[in-house]
Amino acid sequence: MQKTIDEINEKIKKGKAVVFTAEEIIEVTKEEGFKKTARQVDVVTTGTFGPMCSSGAFINLGHTRPRMRITKAWLNDIEVFCGIAAVDLYIGATQISDNDPTNTEYPGRFKYGGGHLIEDLVAGKKIKIKALSYGTDCYPKKELKGEFTIHDINDAFLFNPRNCYQNYNVAVNTGKEKIHTYLGILKPNLGNANYCSAGQLSPLMNDPEYRTIGIGTRIFLGGGTGYVVWQGTQHDPTVLRNKRGVPVSGSGTIAVIGDLKKMKPEWLRGTSIIGYGASLTVGIGISIPILDEEILRYTCITDSDIVAPVVDYSYDYPNLTGRIIGEIDYASLKSGRISIGNKTVPTFPISSYPRAQKISKILKSWILSGKFYLTSSVQRLPGKESGIKFKPFRGRYK
Amino acid sequence: MELSKRVVLHFPEKLVEKPITYELVKNYNIVFNILKAKVAVDDGEGMLLLELTGTDENIGKSLKYLKEIGVKTEPLTRDILWSKDDCIMCGICSSICPSHAFYLKPPQMTLEFEPEKCIGCEECLRVCPYNAIRLKLM
Repeated sequence: MQKTIDEINEKIKKGKAVVFTAEEIIEVTKEEGFKKTARQVDVVTTGTFGPMCSSGAFINLGHTRPRMRITKAWLNDIEVFCGIAAVDLYIGATQISDNDPTNTEYPGRFKYGGGHLIEDLVAGKKIKIKALSYGTDCYPKKELKGEFTIHDINDAFLFNPRNCYQNYNVAVNTGKEKIHTYLGILKPNLGNANYCSAGQLSPLMNDPEYRTIGIGTRIFLGGGTGYVVWQGTQHDPTVLRNKRGVPVSGSGTIAVIGDLKKMKPEWLRGTSIIGYGASLTVGIGISIPILDEEILRYTCITDSDIVAPVVDYSYDYPNLTGRIIGEIDYASLKSGRISIGNKTVPTFPISSYPRAQKISKILKSWILSGKFYLTSSVQRLPGKESGIKFKPFRGRYK
Repeated sequence: MELSKRVVLHFPEKLVEKPITYELVKNYNIVFNILKAKVAVDDGEGMLLLELTGTDENIGKSLKYLKEIGVKTEPLTRDILWSKDDCIMCGICSSICPSHAFYLKPPQMTLEFEPEKCIGCEECLRVCPYNAIRLKLM
Protein backbone atom coordinates (compact mmCIF):
# COMPACT_ATOMS: atom_id res chain seq x y z
CA MET A 1 0.00 0.00 0.00
CA GLN A 2 1.58 3.22 -1.20
CA LYS A 3 0.78 6.77 -0.11
CA THR A 4 1.96 10.02 -1.63
CA ILE A 5 3.14 13.16 0.11
CA ASP A 6 0.28 15.08 -1.55
CA GLU A 7 -2.24 12.67 -0.03
CA ILE A 8 -0.64 13.09 3.40
CA ASN A 9 -0.69 16.89 3.06
CA GLU A 10 -4.36 16.73 2.11
CA LYS A 11 -5.01 14.82 5.35
CA ILE A 12 -2.99 17.38 7.32
CA LYS A 13 -5.14 20.13 5.78
CA LYS A 14 -8.31 18.34 6.87
CA GLY A 15 -6.90 17.73 10.34
CA LYS A 16 -7.03 13.98 9.74
CA ALA A 17 -3.36 13.04 9.55
CA VAL A 18 -2.18 10.32 11.94
CA VAL A 19 1.17 11.28 13.45
CA PHE A 20 3.43 9.59 15.99
CA THR A 21 6.90 10.36 17.28
CA ALA A 22 9.74 7.95 16.45
CA GLU A 23 9.53 6.74 20.05
CA GLU A 24 5.76 6.21 20.06
CA ILE A 25 5.72 4.39 16.71
CA ILE A 26 7.77 1.53 18.21
CA GLU A 27 4.92 0.66 20.59
CA VAL A 28 2.21 1.26 17.97
CA THR A 29 3.68 -1.27 15.54
CA LYS A 30 4.28 -3.78 18.35
CA GLU A 31 0.52 -3.81 18.88
CA GLU A 32 -0.78 -3.35 15.35
CA GLY A 33 1.90 -4.91 13.16
CA PHE A 34 3.74 -3.28 10.27
CA LYS A 35 1.14 -3.80 7.52
CA LYS A 36 -1.79 -2.26 9.33
CA THR A 37 0.30 0.55 10.84
CA ALA A 38 1.79 1.47 7.45
CA ARG A 39 -1.77 1.97 6.17
CA GLN A 40 -2.97 3.92 9.18
CA VAL A 41 -0.03 6.14 10.10
CA ASP A 42 0.92 9.10 7.89
CA VAL A 43 3.91 10.70 9.56
CA VAL A 44 6.61 9.85 12.11
CA THR A 45 8.47 12.75 13.73
CA THR A 46 12.07 12.69 14.94
CA GLY A 47 14.24 15.09 16.92
CA THR A 48 17.74 15.83 18.13
CA PHE A 49 19.32 18.52 20.31
CA GLY A 50 23.08 18.55 20.66
CA PRO A 51 26.19 20.64 20.00
CA MET A 52 26.70 21.00 16.24
CA CYS A 53 29.90 22.93 15.60
CA SER A 54 29.51 23.25 11.86
CA SER A 55 26.82 25.89 12.22
CA GLY A 56 26.55 29.58 11.60
CA ALA A 57 24.41 32.43 10.35
CA PHE A 58 24.49 34.82 7.42
CA ILE A 59 23.32 38.33 8.14
CA ASN A 60 22.90 41.42 6.00
CA LEU A 61 23.13 44.63 8.02
CA GLY A 62 21.68 47.02 5.44
CA HIS A 63 23.80 49.87 4.12
CA THR A 64 25.20 52.73 6.17
CA ARG A 65 25.26 56.32 4.99
CA PRO A 66 27.87 56.82 3.54
CA ARG A 67 28.27 53.25 2.32
CA MET A 68 30.88 50.89 3.68
CA ARG A 69 32.38 47.75 2.18
CA ILE A 70 33.20 45.96 5.41
CA THR A 71 36.46 44.00 5.41
CA LYS A 72 36.74 43.17 9.10
CA ALA A 73 33.99 43.10 11.70
CA TRP A 74 33.40 42.07 15.30
CA LEU A 75 29.99 41.46 16.84
CA ASN A 76 30.11 41.43 20.65
CA ASP A 77 33.87 41.11 20.21
CA ILE A 78 33.51 37.95 18.09
CA GLU A 79 35.11 38.26 14.67
CA VAL A 80 32.75 37.46 11.80
CA PHE A 81 33.56 36.52 8.22
CA CYS A 82 33.44 39.49 5.80
CA GLY A 83 34.95 38.01 2.66
CA ILE A 84 31.67 38.39 0.76
CA ALA A 85 29.68 41.47 -0.33
CA ALA A 86 29.73 44.85 1.43
CA VAL A 87 27.43 44.33 4.41
CA ASP A 88 26.94 40.55 4.27
CA LEU A 89 28.55 38.77 7.21
CA TYR A 90 28.81 35.16 8.39
CA ILE A 91 28.86 34.33 12.09
CA GLY A 92 30.64 31.05 12.74
CA ALA A 93 29.42 29.09 15.77
CA THR A 94 32.88 28.22 17.06
CA GLN A 95 34.51 31.64 16.61
CA ILE A 96 35.86 33.03 19.86
CA SER A 97 36.97 36.49 20.91
CA ASP A 98 40.53 37.54 20.07
CA ASN A 99 40.93 38.14 23.81
CA ASP A 100 39.72 34.71 24.90
CA PRO A 101 42.45 33.10 27.02
CA THR A 102 41.66 29.78 25.22
CA ASN A 103 43.66 26.88 26.61
CA THR A 104 46.49 29.10 27.87
CA GLU A 105 44.51 28.87 31.12
CA TYR A 106 43.97 25.14 30.82
CA PRO A 107 41.30 23.99 30.62
CA GLY A 108 39.83 27.00 28.82
CA ARG A 109 36.24 27.95 29.61
CA PHE A 110 35.26 29.55 26.29
CA LYS A 111 32.50 31.51 27.94
CA TYR A 112 31.35 33.47 24.89
CA GLY A 113 31.66 32.47 21.24
CA GLY A 114 29.83 32.60 17.93
CA GLY A 115 27.15 30.23 19.21
CA HIS A 116 26.38 32.54 22.13
CA LEU A 117 26.28 35.47 19.71
CA ILE A 118 23.72 33.65 17.55
CA GLU A 119 21.65 32.83 20.66
CA ASP A 120 21.72 36.51 21.74
CA LEU A 121 20.82 37.66 18.24
CA VAL A 122 17.83 35.28 18.11
CA ALA A 123 16.78 36.42 21.60
CA GLY A 124 16.52 39.98 20.25
CA LYS A 125 19.34 41.27 22.46
CA LYS A 126 21.42 44.31 21.51
CA ILE A 127 24.56 43.34 19.61
CA LYS A 128 27.62 45.61 19.58
CA ILE A 129 29.30 46.03 16.22
CA LYS A 130 32.75 47.27 15.31
CA ALA A 131 33.83 47.21 11.64
CA LEU A 132 36.71 48.35 9.45
CA SER A 133 37.30 48.93 5.76
CA TYR A 134 40.02 50.27 3.48
CA GLY A 135 37.47 52.52 1.72
CA THR A 136 36.71 52.75 -1.98
CA ASP A 137 35.28 55.46 -4.23
CA CYS A 138 31.85 53.84 -4.06
CA TYR A 139 32.13 52.66 -0.41
CA PRO A 140 34.04 55.46 1.35
CA LYS A 141 33.25 54.74 5.03
CA LYS A 142 36.23 53.24 6.84
CA GLU A 143 35.10 52.69 10.39
CA LEU A 144 31.87 51.74 12.09
CA LYS A 145 30.92 51.45 15.76
CA GLY A 146 27.40 50.91 16.97
CA GLU A 147 24.75 48.44 18.03
CA PHE A 148 21.72 46.69 16.58
CA THR A 149 19.20 43.95 17.19
CA ILE A 150 17.97 41.26 14.80
CA HIS A 151 14.96 43.51 14.07
CA ASP A 152 17.23 46.27 12.72
CA ILE A 153 18.83 44.21 9.97
CA ASN A 154 17.56 42.96 6.61
CA ASP A 155 18.34 39.29 6.68
CA ALA A 156 19.43 36.73 9.19
CA PHE A 157 19.42 33.08 8.28
CA LEU A 158 21.02 30.09 9.84
CA PHE A 159 23.12 28.12 7.37
CA ASN A 160 24.77 25.09 8.89
CA PRO A 161 27.11 23.14 6.60
CA ARG A 162 27.03 19.97 8.68
CA ASN A 163 24.39 18.98 11.22
CA CYS A 164 22.53 15.95 12.42
CA TYR A 165 25.21 13.27 12.19
CA GLN A 166 23.79 9.84 11.53
CA ASN A 167 25.44 7.91 14.38
CA TYR A 168 28.53 9.04 16.27
CA ASN A 169 31.55 7.88 18.21
CA VAL A 170 31.42 6.87 21.84
CA ALA A 171 34.44 8.56 23.40
CA VAL A 172 36.70 6.99 26.02
CA ASN A 173 40.16 7.64 27.39
CA THR A 174 42.57 4.76 27.94
CA GLY A 175 45.41 7.13 28.86
CA LYS A 176 46.70 7.99 32.32
CA GLU A 177 45.60 11.66 32.41
CA LYS A 178 42.19 13.29 32.33
CA ILE A 179 41.48 14.85 28.92
CA HIS A 180 39.09 17.57 27.75
CA THR A 181 37.39 16.83 24.43
CA TYR A 182 34.41 18.04 22.42
CA LEU A 183 32.66 14.99 23.87
CA GLY A 184 33.24 16.20 27.42
CA ILE A 185 35.78 15.39 30.09
CA LEU A 186 37.15 11.88 29.75
CA LYS A 187 38.63 10.40 32.88
CA PRO A 188 41.75 8.23 32.58
CA ASN A 189 41.77 4.43 32.46
CA LEU A 190 38.29 4.18 30.89
CA GLY A 191 36.78 6.28 33.68
CA ASN A 192 33.73 7.14 31.60
CA ALA A 193 32.28 6.78 28.10
CA ASN A 194 30.47 9.74 26.52
CA TYR A 195 28.11 9.51 23.56
CA CYS A 196 26.21 12.02 21.47
CA SER A 197 23.09 10.96 19.57
CA ALA A 198 19.35 10.88 20.18
CA GLY A 199 19.52 7.20 19.12
CA GLN A 200 16.06 5.95 18.20
CA LEU A 201 14.78 9.54 17.91
CA SER A 202 17.66 10.77 15.74
CA PRO A 203 16.43 12.00 12.30
CA LEU A 204 18.78 10.15 9.92
CA MET A 205 18.62 6.98 12.03
CA ASN A 206 14.94 6.78 11.17
CA ASP A 207 15.53 7.11 7.43
CA PRO A 208 18.91 5.38 7.12
CA GLU A 209 18.76 5.01 3.32
CA TYR A 210 17.63 8.67 2.83
CA ARG A 211 14.44 7.57 1.14
CA THR A 212 12.46 10.64 2.23
CA ILE A 213 14.98 13.08 3.74
CA GLY A 214 16.63 14.87 0.81
CA ILE A 215 17.36 18.24 -0.67
CA GLY A 216 14.33 20.45 -0.15
CA THR A 217 12.92 18.61 2.88
CA ARG A 218 11.18 21.04 5.25
CA ILE A 219 12.30 20.57 8.87
CA PHE A 220 12.04 21.93 12.42
CA LEU A 221 15.17 24.04 12.81
CA GLY A 222 16.04 26.02 15.93
CA GLY A 223 12.39 26.37 16.92
CA GLY A 224 11.36 27.64 13.48
CA THR A 225 11.17 25.97 10.10
CA GLY A 226 14.07 25.31 7.82
CA TYR A 227 15.12 23.14 4.91
CA VAL A 228 17.70 20.55 4.03
CA VAL A 229 19.77 22.20 1.29
CA TRP A 230 22.51 19.68 0.57
CA GLN A 231 24.23 16.69 2.05
CA GLY A 232 26.36 17.98 4.92
CA THR A 233 30.13 18.17 4.72
CA GLN A 234 31.81 14.85 5.57
CA HIS A 235 28.65 13.03 4.38
CA ASP A 236 29.79 9.41 4.33
CA PRO A 237 26.97 7.19 3.07
CA THR A 238 29.09 4.13 2.22
CA VAL A 239 29.88 3.26 5.84
CA LEU A 240 29.17 -0.38 6.68
CA ARG A 241 25.58 -0.99 7.77
CA ASN A 242 24.14 -3.58 10.14
CA LYS A 243 21.16 -5.81 9.35
CA ARG A 244 18.71 -3.04 10.28
CA GLY A 245 20.33 -0.77 7.67
CA VAL A 246 21.96 1.33 10.37
CA PRO A 247 25.48 2.60 9.68
CA VAL A 248 27.87 1.27 12.32
CA SER A 249 29.69 4.61 12.68
CA GLY A 250 29.28 8.29 11.79
CA SER A 251 27.94 8.51 8.23
CA GLY A 252 25.19 10.69 6.74
CA THR A 253 24.98 14.43 7.49
CA ILE A 254 22.85 17.30 6.23
CA ALA A 255 23.37 20.99 5.47
CA VAL A 256 20.42 23.05 6.63
CA ILE A 257 19.06 26.56 6.24
CA GLY A 258 16.29 28.56 7.91
CA ASP A 259 15.04 32.02 8.84
CA LEU A 260 16.80 33.02 12.06
CA LYS A 261 14.22 35.75 12.66
CA LYS A 262 11.58 33.09 13.25
CA MET A 263 13.69 30.82 15.46
CA LYS A 264 13.81 30.68 19.26
CA PRO A 265 16.82 31.01 21.59
CA GLU A 266 15.54 27.96 23.49
CA TRP A 267 16.49 25.82 20.49
CA LEU A 268 19.75 27.52 19.52
CA ARG A 269 21.98 27.55 22.58
CA GLY A 270 25.45 29.01 22.84
CA THR A 271 27.70 26.26 24.18
CA SER A 272 30.95 26.41 26.15
CA ILE A 273 32.86 23.15 26.01
CA ILE A 274 35.54 23.21 28.69
CA GLY A 275 39.04 22.73 27.33
CA TYR A 276 37.74 22.57 23.76
CA GLY A 277 35.91 25.65 22.54
CA ALA A 278 32.62 27.36 21.82
CA SER A 279 29.80 25.88 19.80
CA LEU A 280 26.08 26.02 19.10
CA THR A 281 23.58 23.46 20.31
CA VAL A 282 20.99 23.12 17.56
CA GLY A 283 17.50 21.68 17.70
CA ILE A 284 16.45 19.76 14.59
CA GLY A 285 13.34 17.72 13.97
CA ILE A 286 12.48 15.94 10.73
CA SER A 287 9.13 14.45 9.79
CA ILE A 288 9.13 11.22 7.85
CA PRO A 289 6.15 10.51 5.58
CA ILE A 290 5.08 6.87 5.88
CA LEU A 291 4.74 6.20 2.17
CA ASP A 292 5.14 2.43 2.45
CA GLU A 293 5.92 -0.38 4.86
CA GLU A 294 9.68 -0.23 4.37
CA ILE A 295 9.81 3.41 5.44
CA LEU A 296 7.73 2.53 8.49
CA ARG A 297 10.03 -0.35 9.39
CA TYR A 298 12.99 2.01 9.40
CA THR A 299 11.21 4.45 11.74
CA CYS A 300 10.61 1.61 14.19
CA ILE A 301 14.29 1.31 14.89
CA THR A 302 15.05 1.00 18.61
CA ASP A 303 18.06 1.93 20.72
CA SER A 304 19.13 -1.71 20.81
CA ASP A 305 19.29 -1.80 16.98
CA ILE A 306 21.74 1.09 16.83
CA VAL A 307 25.38 0.31 17.38
CA ALA A 308 28.14 2.91 17.77
CA PRO A 309 31.93 2.57 17.70
CA VAL A 310 33.90 3.11 20.92
CA VAL A 311 36.91 5.29 20.15
CA ASP A 312 39.92 6.13 22.33
CA TYR A 313 40.28 9.92 22.41
CA SER A 314 43.61 9.79 24.24
CA TYR A 315 45.44 8.47 21.16
CA ASP A 316 43.40 7.03 18.29
CA TYR A 317 41.13 10.02 17.66
CA PRO A 318 43.80 12.77 17.70
CA ASN A 319 46.14 10.68 15.57
CA LEU A 320 43.47 9.55 13.11
CA THR A 321 44.44 5.90 13.42
CA GLY A 322 40.91 4.76 12.55
CA ARG A 323 41.09 2.13 15.29
CA ILE A 324 37.96 1.38 17.27
CA ILE A 325 38.15 -0.49 20.54
CA GLY A 326 34.64 -1.88 20.53
CA GLU A 327 31.03 -1.50 19.52
CA ILE A 328 28.09 -0.81 21.76
CA ASP A 329 24.36 -0.33 21.28
CA TYR A 330 22.39 2.70 22.47
CA ALA A 331 20.15 0.72 24.82
CA SER A 332 23.28 -0.23 26.78
CA LEU A 333 24.66 3.31 26.57
CA LYS A 334 21.42 4.69 27.97
CA SER A 335 21.39 2.18 30.83
CA GLY A 336 24.25 4.20 32.34
CA ARG A 337 26.86 1.43 32.33
CA ILE A 338 28.68 -0.59 29.69
CA SER A 339 31.41 -3.21 29.74
CA ILE A 340 34.67 -2.60 27.92
CA GLY A 341 36.94 -5.61 28.21
CA ASN A 342 36.50 -6.64 31.82
CA LYS A 343 35.81 -3.14 33.04
CA THR A 344 32.43 -1.59 33.86
CA VAL A 345 32.36 1.95 32.54
CA PRO A 346 29.72 4.58 33.37
CA THR A 347 28.16 6.29 30.31
CA PHE A 348 26.96 9.85 29.80
CA PRO A 349 25.17 11.63 26.96
CA ILE A 350 26.31 14.95 25.50
CA SER A 351 23.11 15.58 23.54
CA SER A 352 19.80 15.89 25.35
CA TYR A 353 17.31 13.05 25.01
CA PRO A 354 14.49 14.91 26.82
CA ARG A 355 14.89 17.87 24.44
CA ALA A 356 15.04 15.58 21.38
CA GLN A 357 11.77 14.08 22.61
CA LYS A 358 10.27 17.54 23.03
CA ILE A 359 11.24 18.52 19.47
CA SER A 360 9.61 15.38 18.04
CA LYS A 361 6.45 16.24 20.00
CA ILE A 362 6.43 19.89 18.90
CA LEU A 363 6.80 18.84 15.26
CA LYS A 364 3.98 16.34 15.75
CA SER A 365 1.74 19.09 17.17
CA TRP A 366 2.61 21.43 14.27
CA ILE A 367 1.52 18.76 11.79
CA LEU A 368 -1.63 17.87 13.71
CA SER A 369 -2.66 21.52 13.86
CA GLY A 370 -1.98 22.11 10.15
CA LYS A 371 0.95 24.47 10.75
CA PHE A 372 3.53 22.29 9.05
CA TYR A 373 3.22 20.52 5.70
CA LEU A 374 5.55 17.90 4.27
CA THR A 375 7.66 18.41 1.17
CA SER A 376 8.92 16.03 -1.47
CA SER A 377 12.67 16.29 -1.81
CA VAL A 378 13.83 17.70 -5.15
CA GLN A 379 16.92 15.50 -5.13
CA ARG A 380 17.93 12.57 -2.94
CA LEU A 381 20.99 12.72 -0.70
CA PRO A 382 23.83 10.59 -2.09
CA GLY A 383 23.36 7.06 -0.76
CA LYS A 384 25.64 4.04 -0.59
CA GLU A 385 25.32 3.63 -4.38
CA SER A 386 27.10 7.00 -4.84
CA GLY A 387 30.42 5.56 -3.73
CA ILE A 388 31.07 8.79 -1.81
CA LYS A 389 33.57 8.24 1.00
CA PHE A 390 34.79 10.66 3.67
CA LYS A 391 38.58 10.59 3.29
CA PRO A 392 41.48 12.07 5.24
CA PHE A 393 43.27 15.13 3.78
CA ARG A 394 45.17 14.09 0.65
CA GLY A 395 46.98 17.35 -0.08
CA ARG A 396 50.68 17.77 0.65
CA TYR A 397 51.51 18.99 4.10
CA LYS A 398 54.12 19.03 6.82
CA MET B 1 20.68 9.62 66.81
CA GLU B 2 23.85 10.04 64.72
CA LEU B 3 23.58 12.21 61.66
CA SER B 4 25.70 14.06 59.13
CA LYS B 5 25.13 17.59 58.07
CA ARG B 6 26.99 19.69 55.53
CA VAL B 7 27.33 23.33 56.45
CA VAL B 8 29.10 26.34 55.03
CA LEU B 9 30.80 28.49 57.66
CA HIS B 10 31.67 32.08 56.97
CA PHE B 11 33.89 33.56 59.64
CA PRO B 12 35.14 37.11 60.04
CA GLU B 13 38.84 38.02 60.11
CA LYS B 14 39.04 38.15 63.91
CA LEU B 15 38.09 34.48 64.12
CA VAL B 16 40.41 33.19 61.44
CA GLU B 17 43.03 32.27 64.00
CA LYS B 18 40.62 30.65 66.43
CA PRO B 19 40.72 26.81 66.44
CA ILE B 20 37.02 26.47 65.75
CA THR B 21 37.03 22.91 64.48
CA TYR B 22 39.07 21.79 67.49
CA GLU B 23 36.45 23.28 69.79
CA LEU B 24 33.75 21.35 67.96
CA VAL B 25 35.57 18.07 68.49
CA LYS B 26 36.46 18.74 72.10
CA ASN B 27 33.20 20.19 73.36
CA TYR B 28 30.58 18.45 71.24
CA ASN B 29 32.23 15.21 70.14
CA ILE B 30 31.72 16.13 66.48
CA VAL B 31 33.52 14.26 63.73
CA PHE B 32 34.22 16.68 60.94
CA ASN B 33 35.38 16.36 57.39
CA ILE B 34 36.68 19.45 55.61
CA LEU B 35 35.26 19.40 52.10
CA LYS B 36 36.48 22.81 51.05
CA ALA B 37 38.23 25.80 52.56
CA LYS B 38 38.95 29.31 51.39
CA VAL B 39 40.87 31.93 53.28
CA ALA B 40 40.12 35.11 51.42
CA VAL B 41 42.85 37.71 51.67
CA ASP B 42 41.02 40.81 50.48
CA ASP B 43 37.88 40.94 52.57
CA GLY B 44 39.47 38.94 55.35
CA GLU B 45 36.53 36.53 55.55
CA GLY B 46 37.21 32.83 55.72
CA MET B 47 35.00 30.07 54.39
CA LEU B 48 34.90 26.47 55.44
CA LEU B 49 32.70 23.73 54.09
CA LEU B 50 32.33 21.06 56.74
CA GLU B 51 30.55 17.80 57.04
CA LEU B 52 29.61 17.43 60.70
CA THR B 53 28.79 14.00 62.07
CA GLY B 54 27.46 13.57 65.56
CA THR B 55 24.28 13.31 67.58
CA ASP B 56 21.35 15.48 66.62
CA GLU B 57 21.68 17.31 69.94
CA ASN B 58 25.44 17.94 69.62
CA ILE B 59 25.12 19.21 66.04
CA GLY B 60 22.46 21.62 67.25
CA LYS B 61 24.74 22.76 70.08
CA SER B 62 27.71 23.19 67.71
CA LEU B 63 25.71 25.37 65.34
CA LYS B 64 24.54 27.45 68.31
CA TYR B 65 28.12 27.81 69.54
CA LEU B 66 29.31 28.90 66.08
CA LYS B 67 26.56 31.51 65.90
CA GLU B 68 27.49 32.85 69.34
CA ILE B 69 31.12 33.40 68.45
CA GLY B 70 30.16 35.22 65.24
CA VAL B 71 30.39 32.52 62.56
CA LYS B 72 27.64 32.64 59.96
CA THR B 73 26.44 29.15 59.05
CA GLU B 74 24.36 28.07 56.11
CA PRO B 75 23.21 24.69 54.92
CA LEU B 76 25.26 23.67 51.90
CA THR B 77 22.32 23.02 49.61
CA ARG B 78 21.84 26.71 49.11
CA ASP B 79 25.18 27.01 47.36
CA ILE B 80 24.43 25.29 44.07
CA LEU B 81 21.76 26.94 42.02
CA TRP B 82 20.49 24.68 39.24
CA SER B 83 18.62 26.77 36.73
CA LYS B 84 16.16 24.41 35.08
CA ASP B 85 15.32 27.12 32.54
CA ASP B 86 18.88 27.18 31.26
CA CYS B 87 19.51 23.45 31.61
CA ILE B 88 19.02 21.33 28.48
CA MET B 89 19.37 18.04 30.36
CA CYS B 90 22.48 16.69 28.71
CA GLY B 91 24.57 14.60 31.07
CA ILE B 92 27.81 16.53 31.24
CA CYS B 93 27.53 17.61 34.90
CA SER B 94 26.60 14.09 35.94
CA SER B 95 29.72 12.75 34.21
CA ILE B 96 32.04 14.62 36.58
CA CYS B 97 29.92 14.83 39.74
CA PRO B 98 31.96 12.83 42.30
CA SER B 99 29.08 12.27 44.73
CA HIS B 100 26.35 11.52 42.17
CA ALA B 101 24.29 14.50 43.34
CA PHE B 102 23.59 15.16 39.65
CA TYR B 103 22.51 12.02 37.83
CA LEU B 104 20.44 10.93 34.85
CA LYS B 105 17.39 8.76 35.21
CA PRO B 106 16.90 6.21 32.41
CA PRO B 107 15.01 5.54 30.20
CA GLN B 108 13.84 9.14 29.70
CA MET B 109 17.29 10.43 30.65
CA THR B 110 16.02 13.32 32.73
CA LEU B 111 18.56 15.07 34.91
CA GLU B 112 18.02 14.90 38.66
CA PHE B 113 19.75 16.75 41.50
CA GLU B 114 19.87 15.59 45.09
CA PRO B 115 21.26 18.57 47.04
CA GLU B 116 21.93 16.54 50.18
CA LYS B 117 24.53 14.49 48.24
CA CYS B 118 26.36 17.59 46.99
CA ILE B 119 29.82 18.14 48.48
CA GLY B 120 30.23 21.59 46.96
CA CYS B 121 33.26 20.79 44.79
CA GLU B 122 31.90 23.10 42.06
CA GLU B 123 33.12 20.86 39.22
CA CYS B 124 29.64 21.02 37.65
CA LEU B 125 29.83 24.82 37.50
CA ARG B 126 32.97 24.66 35.44
CA VAL B 127 31.82 22.06 32.97
CA CYS B 128 28.18 23.00 32.34
CA PRO B 129 28.21 24.21 28.71
CA TYR B 130 25.02 26.25 29.22
CA ASN B 131 25.83 28.15 32.41
CA ALA B 132 22.85 26.43 34.01
CA ILE B 133 24.61 25.71 37.31
CA ARG B 134 25.64 28.71 39.33
CA LEU B 135 26.79 29.56 42.80
CA LYS B 136 24.26 31.23 45.00
CA LEU B 137 26.53 32.24 47.87
CA MET B 138 30.21 32.84 48.60
